[in-house]
Amino acid sequence: MHDHALAEQSDALRLRSLDDLNRLRKQILDKRDPDQPEIVVCHGTGCLANGSADVSAAIRSALDTSGIEAKVVPGIKTTGCQGFCSHGPLVVIRPRGIFYQKVKPKDAKEIIEKTIVQGDVVKRLLYKNPTDGEKILHEQDIPFYKRQTRVVLHNIGKIDPTDISDTIASGGYQALAKALTTMTPEQVVQEIETSGLRGRGGAGFPTGRKWRSALTAIEKKGRPVYVVVNGDEGDPGAFMDRTIMEGDPHAVLEGLILGAYALGANQGYLYVRAEYPLAIKHLTIAMEQARACGLLGDNILNSGFSFDARINRGAGAFVCGESTALFTSIEGNPGNPRPKYVRSVEEGLWGRPTVLNNVETWANIPLIVNKGGDWYAKIGVPHSTGTKVFSLVGKVNNVGLVEVPMGVPLSTIVEDIGGGVPGGAPFKAVQTGGPSGGCIPYELKDTPVDFDSLTKAGSMMGSGAMIVMDNRDCVVDVGRYFLRFLEEESCGKCMPCRLGLSRMREILDNFSEGKGSEKDIEDLLSLSKAIQDSALCALGSSAPNPVLTTLKYFKDEYLAHVTRQKCPAGVCKNLITYSIDPELCTGCTSCAKQCPVGCIEGEKKKTHAIDTGLCIRCGICMDTCKFNAVNVI
Amino acid sequence: MSDNALYIDEMMDQYPAKPESLIVILQEIQNKYGFISGDAMRLASEHVHVPLTQAYAVATFYQSFRLDPVGEHEIKVCLGTACHLKGGQRLVEDLERRLHVESGGTTEDMRFTLNTVNCVGACALAPVVSVDNQYHPNATAKKMEKVLKSLTDPSLEEMEGTGNA
Ligand SMILES: Cc1cc2nc3c(=O)[nH]c(=O)nc-3n(C[C@H](O)[C@H](O)[C@H](O)COP(=O)(O)O)c2cc1C
Ligand code: SF4
Ligand code: SF4
Ligand code: SF4
Ligand code: FES
Ligand code: FES
Repeated sequence: MHDHALAEQSDALRLRSLDDLNRLRKQILDKRDPDQPEIVVCHGTGCLANGSADVSAAIRSALDTSGIEAKVVPGIKTTGCQGFCSHGPLVVIRPRGIFYQKVKPKDAKEIIEKTIVQGDVVKRLLYKNPTDGEKILHEQDIPFYKRQTRVVLHNIGKIDPTDISDTIASGGYQALAKALTTMTPEQVVQEIETSGLRGRGGAGFPTGRKWRSALTAIEKKGRPVYVVVNGDEGDPGAFMDRTIMEGDPHAVLEGLILGAYALGANQGYLYVRAEYPLAIKHLTIAMEQARACGLLGDNILNSGFSFDARINRGAGAFVCGESTALFTSIEGNPGNPRPKYVRSVEEGLWGRPTVLNNVETWANIPLIVNKGGDWYAKIGVPHSTGTKVFSLVGKVNNVGLVEVPMGVPLSTIVEDIGGGVPGGAPFKAVQTGGPSGGCIPYELKDTPVDFDSLTKAGSMMGSGAMIVMDNRDCVVDVGRYFLRFLEEESCGKCMPCRLGLSRMREILDNFSEGKGSEKDIEDLLSLSKAIQDSALCALGSSAPNPVLTTLKYFKDEYLAHVTRQKCPAGVCKNLITYSIDPELCTGCTSCAKQCPVGCIEGEKKKTHAIDTGLCIRCGICMDTCKFNAVNVI
Repeated sequence: MSDNALYIDEMMDQYPAKPESLIVILQEIQNKYGFISGDAMRLASEHVHVPLTQAYAVATFYQSFRLDPVGEHEIKVCLGTACHLKGGQRLVEDLERRLHVESGGTTEDMRFTLNTVNCVGACALAPVVSVDNQYHPNATAKKMEKVLKSLTDPSLEEMEGTGNA
């Protein structure tokens, strides 16, 4: 295409007003027939890993050969992660909302023939409620979805994130158009203040207050000013930011543009970790499409306001999620944090006033501008308004992404939505807040999940990872895990963090080997205090939290390691022994074939046994045995 | 000029000749060659006008950069929290035994590089191993044995994981 033609074409796409946007929206909606079936296949990271790309391809080819009349041929749509990843690949048939799970390519033909052509249901693909064994037909009746309040995630699973017309049809960019045509920047800031929104990146700092102090800094220092998306999501076990960027990239972008309008910024940055290639791809596409439509770039919607943004890929350093480290990383340097006596809103990127917010925080902004701060403030609880997205992982039946109003009890998330621990036992603890957080024991299962209540319980909201642990998970091991993670990720600039964390980890290493004394527990406590008080950045100062909370709630388990040389959960390698239960062993020989040191003996169809002297405790036999015959104590 | 230098020169022209472009240029080089050679590092540092030592400081700070050649296949075991609880560490140890290489290293025949990563955001399918950027969900030692076999002799087995990372 000639440059000229290209310019003309993109000119034709350009929206010049709220009316233009509404007209386009109506056009898109008018072209759609609400009764026409639509086959929605989840193309989130989880489902893709389970083969959903092959499923959608198979559905496409089944459609091609089905001989369905052209006018009733269903549309196929691929979406971002619908949250119920453990049951993927997911396929939903709309408008009926029939929900198929664990779909394989070979099911495609049957789905087309039965459900699309005959209107019947393929029963074996339905979700079975584990509590009563009933099969559930519709998406909205599945307990996992029924108890959620999907506000931030409302588009994900409905829109194709790579097609801006889907976003526009579902009301995307309405908030931006509203703000640009009917609100002053000051009014936007006020709406955010009214909403009570607190940042979703960890510490829960009120977003309105952050923007307000940036405005004060701008009064002093003038422009330029920058707006930045924190899409680093370094918290292991967390994937809500990933899901939002992949599944609804325009929501993040629209929030960012609104923030830029409120603060008068003309340039923004999206700092996204390089481990998230699909998020980077979808954000890039979204930005190109928004630019072509005149929603990003020069003179947005003909309002006279110009703003553009670019993506920076992170390079694999957890500490770069920290604000000052993130800025130095965007500037092209090693991501070392700096002391925070100067606040980022005053001196952020290139020493200029900068507002950094988390992905989920930005995605909330269009909702607030659209429906009003008052509407938002009514969701949740007084000091934690709105909803929060959690990634529920670990020993829980319904692993996935969950959105609930702030303040619901922990048990609602883990037991009602998550379906509890496999096997039905009560959970042992829920680790929240990642490496900066702590473990909440079962006795506190009614703790409301909001910023302040979690802190009171000794943990933290953090980015929203919830890791459910059962009695096969060892708290000493979890403490070691987080310490080792942070030890590796620490920038090493200040002593308390560099030396303190290593020393704490060494003590826990000893515990896991059955060495150590009660005196060491006291050392752990005093080291924790010293690190909390003197580390330069929050990576160090919050690092002792997982150890402190587990010491508080699970001291017995620590003592078992130290005084009795036992790991009650059966995790710490040096304190456990594997054995085979002769009652359960069928002599299938699988374990013996897999054992890397060949220390399992036994004849075919006869009981096998482990030579514990040779066993290296790799656990492979236990993972291999289909008959639960391998024990560990 | 060698092909490599030519590619790097052309690629770098897309980015402003400023220090802030250093990281993305190093990422592009690594995407293309799998690692950053001394020559490539020098070209990059000259282009963005930073001292060579500073370019090395950046490359060594960030975990994702490699200064040594990588093997033909790159295996990354997730050691995020969810994967850790579900046995990620045991998978690493098992792969170390099978490949006779320590985590972070490359086999002598340059066929495999073994690495660990922190959470790839597919925790629902923990433990996750990625091989040449394809995720293998719910990985076990046995499944990984099959995957390794299929890489050694592709005609032997169909690969199990199909997802794109
Ligand atoms: C070590 C460390 C890592 C962090 N990682 C992230 C992260 O991955 N994503 C994020 O949004 N915030 C992270 N934060 C918090 C950010 O520094 C910052 O507070 C946040 O992005 C502000 O956004 P919010 O106000 O919307 O929460 C991290 C903080 C620390 C100390
Ligand atoms: S607390 Fe740790 S990560 Fe933070 S500046 Fe100090 S050494 Fe670096
Ligand atoms: S734990 Fe590992 S080494 Fe020990 S018997 Fe089982 S498979 Fe063999
Ligand atoms: S895998 Fe289980 S059942 Fe089979 S021989 Fe081993 S212990 Fe026995
Ligand atoms: S990736 Fe499909 S439900 Fe999460
Ligand atoms: S912990 Fe491994 S994918 Fe998240």
